[in-house]
Amino acid sequence: MSEPILEVQNISKFFGSVIALKDVSMFVRAGEVTCLLGDNGAGKSTLIKVLSGVHKPDEGVYRYQGSEVSFSSPRDALDLGIATVYQDLAMIPLMSIWRNFFLGSEPTVGWGPFRRFDVDFAKRTTREELGKMGIDIRDPDQPVGTLSGGERQSVAIARAVYFGAKVLILDEPTAALGVKQAGVVLRYIVQAKQRGIGVIFITHNPHHAYPVGDHFVILRRGQIYGDFTKDEIPLEQLVQMMAGGADLEVLSHELEKAAEGGGPGADELEKVAEGFEAEARGEAD
Amino acid sequence: MVSGEEVSSLAVNTQPAQAAADERIREVGVLSRLMARPELGALVAVVVVWLFFAVVAADNNFISWATTAAILNRAAPLGILAIAVALLMIAGEFDLSIGSLVGFGGMAIMMLVTPVEAGGFGWAILPAIGVALLITLATGFFNGVLVVTTKLPSFIITLGSLFIFRGLAVAVPRSATNRTQLGGLDEVSGYGPMDAILGTKLELFGARFDVAIVWWIGLTIIATWVLMRTRVGNWIFGVGGDNVAARNVGVPVNRLKIALFMTTAFAAFLSALIQAFQFNGADSLRGSLKEFEAIIAVVIGGTLLTGGYGSVIGALLGTLIFAMVQQGIIITGVDGDWFKVFVGGILVAAVIFNNFVRQQATKR
Ligand SMILES: Nc1ncnc2c1ncn2[C@@H]1O[C@H](COP(=O)(O)OP(=O)(O)OP(=O)(O)O)[C@@H](O)[C@H]1O
Ligand SMILES: [Mg+2]
Repeated sequence: MSEPILEVQNISKFFGSVIALKDVSMFVRAGEVTCLLGDNGAGKSTLIKVLSGVHKPDEGVYRYQGSEVSFSSPRDALDLGIATVYQDLAMIPLMSIWRNFFLGSEPTVGWGPFRRFDVDFAKRTTREELGKMGIDIRDPDQPVGTLSGGERQSVAIARAVYFGAKVLILDEPTAALGVKQAGVVLRYIVQAKQRGIGVIFITHNPHHAYPVGDHFVILRRGQIYGDFTKDEIPLEQLVQMMAGGADLEVLSHELEKAAEGGGPGADELEKVAEGFEAEARGEAD
Repeated sequence: MVSGEEVSSLAVNTQPAQAAADERIREVGVLSRLMARPELGALVAVVVVWLFFAVVAADNNFISWATTAAILNRAAPLGILAIAVALLMIAGEFDLSIGSLVGFGGMAIMMLVTPVEAGGFGWAILPAIGVALLITLATGFFNGVLVVTTKLPSFIITLGSLFIFRGLAVAVPRSATNRTQLGGLDEVSGYGPMDAILGTKLELFGARFDVAIVWWIGLTIIATWVLMRTRVGNWIFGVGGDNVAARNVGVPVNRLKIALFMTTAFAAFLSALIQAFQFNGADSLRGSLKEFEAIIAVVIGGTLLTGGYGSVIGALLGTLIFAMVQQGIIITGVDGDWFKVFVGGILVAAVIFNNFVRQQATKR
């Protein structure tokens, strides 16, 4: 096995009295996908913000390509080829698509004081890169604030893929996407992996995580709950672990009770309950 | 719907045609496209205000080269401030100290050139300008560093600076020279060539235009180019639109903000310098209230108070409106007290209009 391209050891992050991360260790190798899974508020986004240079860890070691690093801003991480799709997307609503796409990493032409933003290249590239995702933008000058949620997410992903030379971090990139675009994102992840890029992929959907992931890190309440390779954990178990199987069983019982009460919609409720039961047992759909 | 592979293989020059063929786009007229520009409201207002005075002040020679020159001469020193204020406001910050820095910068120059017998330093003009510039830039640096390190609203920080630097502009010369007005710039060695580029008047069409107008328009062009066509311009919009998002994608937010506060300090200095040559000296109180006039000009010009949207051309137009109203009121002989009422009214109207335009523009 090759050395990890990116690795953190015993990372902690505190916000005042809040312990967002405690003694977290994880890694990603070049050409592999590490899936980061966990409940809402488990600390996933905080962890990737440490990795992308937004937050400085309060404790622990961050190693990149074998040497210890300390990022003072996301610029430092980007310069080393680490690009991130943030959960909030980091888009400026009033700015056009092409301006957003290249914000912070603008291509330039010209020399000395006449160095300028290469606007033609930026517009063309934005259109091309989004085209590759199956997003056919009407007008690159359109303000990002007027795009649909999924379109906006696609712009953020296309941007990170374009700039992520070595490591690509994706925080719930498929959350707002249609089936087709989610498929495209998963294909992107596989392509990135084949190009030798290390990918960190956060999602709440085990059916998105399992096919592309090489190993699965599960966070719970700011701490590592487990780190499994694909061979160690079948999909059913992963699903159960992510869903908190017991909770779903309780829910399905409640729904069944409601269904027994009869009345309109009882049949549908019953079906929903069965679905949850199946999922709680860890059956893939 | 064109698939991704097809789009990427299309030649560049066919793309506009392909975009036009998109069934989800309807032709929008020239008017709607104009509506999306921030300076549209100001452009309309310039025409309306000009027509208004052209009719009302027809007997007072409003349409004449002399009046035009008077308007532009009045506008230029404020316009130079408004350019920098526009850039800073688009980046989401305020500088309320800019008016005080006009007084401060002017007094710094004059203190350095005033003879030693009179309590000054007795320097030649060039080194005095250079050092006064550095001192004024340092005040901008001070404002910027304070804003980015404390993360407090720049409105509050620079409100403090407004008093600090006005106070210094009065107190230091008064304790050293016993005066708050220092004159005699034309007696300092090296005056001639500097006056030629900063203080002369250009005779055109039988009227006298200040050379400051050239600085104003030249800097407007440069600042517009920076804003629309350079990396820094993109950063300015980004930082004003969303500070955190801009930082997350790698914009050097703090350095940019400090640089912009230094830009407003530079504009204040240039305005002070030009006025020192025009008035052959400086006054501790010069530039009073200019911070608000500059903000008003910028807002009339379509820049959002909350940042992220605006234009330098708009700031130029806003300044022009300001000066037209001022000059129009003077030549019609209306009591000058009405000027404030007029300006306040235009400001409110401009904000309402701009708000409306922006909603239309982003609604599509
Ligand atoms: N800047 C902050 N200040 C204080 N607390 C914070 C801050 N950022 C995150 N937290 C806290 O840290 C915890 C982890 O948050 P985080 O956003 O990392 O969760 P997450 O795993 O990404 O959840 P989700 O699946 O909902 O996105 C939360 O309890 C949150 O309230
Ligand atoms: Mg999150």
